Amino acid sequence: MADMSKKKKISYAVNLAIVIILYCLLSLLISQGLIDSYLSDILTMVCINVILAVSLNLVTGLLGQLVLGHAGFMLVGAYAAALFTLHSGLPLSVAFPIGLLAGGVVAALFGIIIGVPALRLKGDYLAIITLGFGEIIRVIANNLTITNGAKGLYGIQSLNSRHDLTAMFSYVFFIAVFVIFVSFTFGTSRHGRAVIAIREDEIAAEASGINTTYYKLLAFILAAFFAGVAGGLYAHQIGIIDPSKFDFNRSTEILVMVVLGGMGSITGSIISATVLTILPEALRGFSSYRMLLYSIVLICVMLFRPTGLLGRSEFSLKKTYEKLMSKRGNKSAAGKGD
Amino acid sequence: MSVLETKNLGISFGGLQALEDVHFSIEEGEIIGLIGPNGAGKTTVFNLLTNVYVPTAGVIELEGSSIIGKKTYQITQNGIARTFQNIRLFKDASVINNVKIAMNSQMKYSVLAGIFRLPSYRREEKAVSQRAHELLQVFNLDKYAHDYARNLPYGQQRKLEIARALATNPKVLLLDEPAAGMNPTETKELMETISLIRDKFKISILLIEHDMNFVMGICEHIVVLDYGRIIAEGTAAEVRRNPKVIAAYLGGE
Repeated sequence: MADMSKKKKISYAVNLAIVIILYCLLSLLISQGLIDSYLSDILTMVCINVILAVSLNLVTGLLGQLVLGHAGFMLVGAYAAALFTLHSGLPLSVAFPIGLLAGGVVAALFGIIIGVPALRLKGDYLAIITLGFGEIIRVIANNLTITNGAKGLYGIQSLNSRHDLTAMFSYVFFIAVFVIFVSFTFGTSRHGRAVIAIREDEIAAEASGINTTYYKLLAFILAAFFAGVAGGLYAHQIGIIDPSKFDFNRSTEILVMVVLGGMGSITGSIISATVLTILPEALRGFSSYRMLLYSIVLICVMLFRPTGLLGRSEFSLKKTYEKLMSKRGNKSAAGKGD
Repeated sequence: MSVLETKNLGISFGGLQALEDVHFSIEEGEIIGLIGPNGAGKTTVFNLLTNVYVPTAGVIELEGSSIIGKKTYQITQNGIARTFQNIRLFKDASVINNVKIAMNSQMKYSVLAGIFRLPSYRREEKAVSQRAHELLQVFNLDKYAHDYARNLPYGQQRKLEIARALATNPKVLLLDEPAAGMNPTETKELMETISLIRDKFKISILLIEHDMNFVMGICEHIVVLDYGRIIAEGTAAEVRRNPKVIAAYLGGE
């Protein structure tokens, strides 16, 4: 057992080291101007999409319920955070983190409002109800005066300044890392196991003493919270938000990232969120064929890997390393045989 | 005092009286068999005991207090665990996690403690891991601990379901056709396991089964249901001779 925890500690340390190295490298490149603002904007969007995909994976992958209105939570979070930083009067460096938290909390509250009636039922009611929520919240934001209607909010300040090109990226990057960490540890805690049990068999879960409504709500609210935070980050990254940015297509885009990566796989969500954010940008040269190619990629993955890139398993450096070593070992053994 | 007692228990679905005047009591450490032809209402009794259906008449008392109206998960936490006629495992979870999931309500650490791996998380997870392994050892499932439940052979899946039910620390264990689909050797082994767990965990067992050798061999008391009513009860020998039971279920020469 002691050996086991030692191995775990090593793998934690390796992951931490990779995160820090990655961050140092990217932020150095950005601050030195080797990554221009166009590319660093894409990198920031990658991280925001990673947060969205990983948080949606908590419900769609871990709990096994379809959510068709994740952009709705993003919208709520974006508006809450932007309104806070616009009107609080606090300096941005203080208002921004509070605004993000507010965005998350407001989104979580909406999660409770929708989740309580939808998740008390057994079955796939959540998909329809979240679909309705996503549309309704968009129409509401389009018509309220506080959200400035269809014109949306503008003049939302980015943390980036001429002296500090990496501030926004740092925030987004570390929040993404935090969300990944939380969804991993949540998934392997007793609460995460209970959520998985509900995905596998709700009746059996209840017969095993699990309060299914509570755990379904827990996963759903956690996902809504992170989507709200991602919305807040998005608002401050783009600077202008209007309701049309959070339509059904946006929800579908996030869902596609989760399905493509493999439902239930955190690393799968990270990989596919990264690829699917960069791909449309990389294909800009093909202009009109861009979306066609994007769709073909999606269809091909679904045809050849119907469970998504990683299925339900996680990519792990350790396993890959061990596989490579054993392959090499086999090869050298075979070589000796000759 | 009996551990579990029902009086005058009944349920009707619209105009159909599925169960009527069902009464039995289970003493501590007793194994009771519930038998009867298909459609007699045996599984419905289980569903009433775990509040999947709400009875339209009668009382169910667990250690003297009524459990009617409580949620299924609360009843499990109070001490009634069950298995299912068609196996319902958490297939895409590991064998050990199947057991740990059932131990969930015995753990207390908070969501934050779980996420940030606080000391309470480590302490409780360690204790639960150990208990789960011990429980799997009783069923000789320890060697499969980290395999997916769906990859287990059929007989082992049945055993795992019983292990999972036991993991909730029940006072009464409800087994719905535990020997279904097992060959004679497996059935015999299962009988030994069931007597063993009764002695080891000091629990009462109520089981539904069609394999008469199994029922007659293991149950101290047998209740026979037909068309939703109890037509006979008693020891194996008494029930076997009862003409009503022979006519309705066992069949004569």
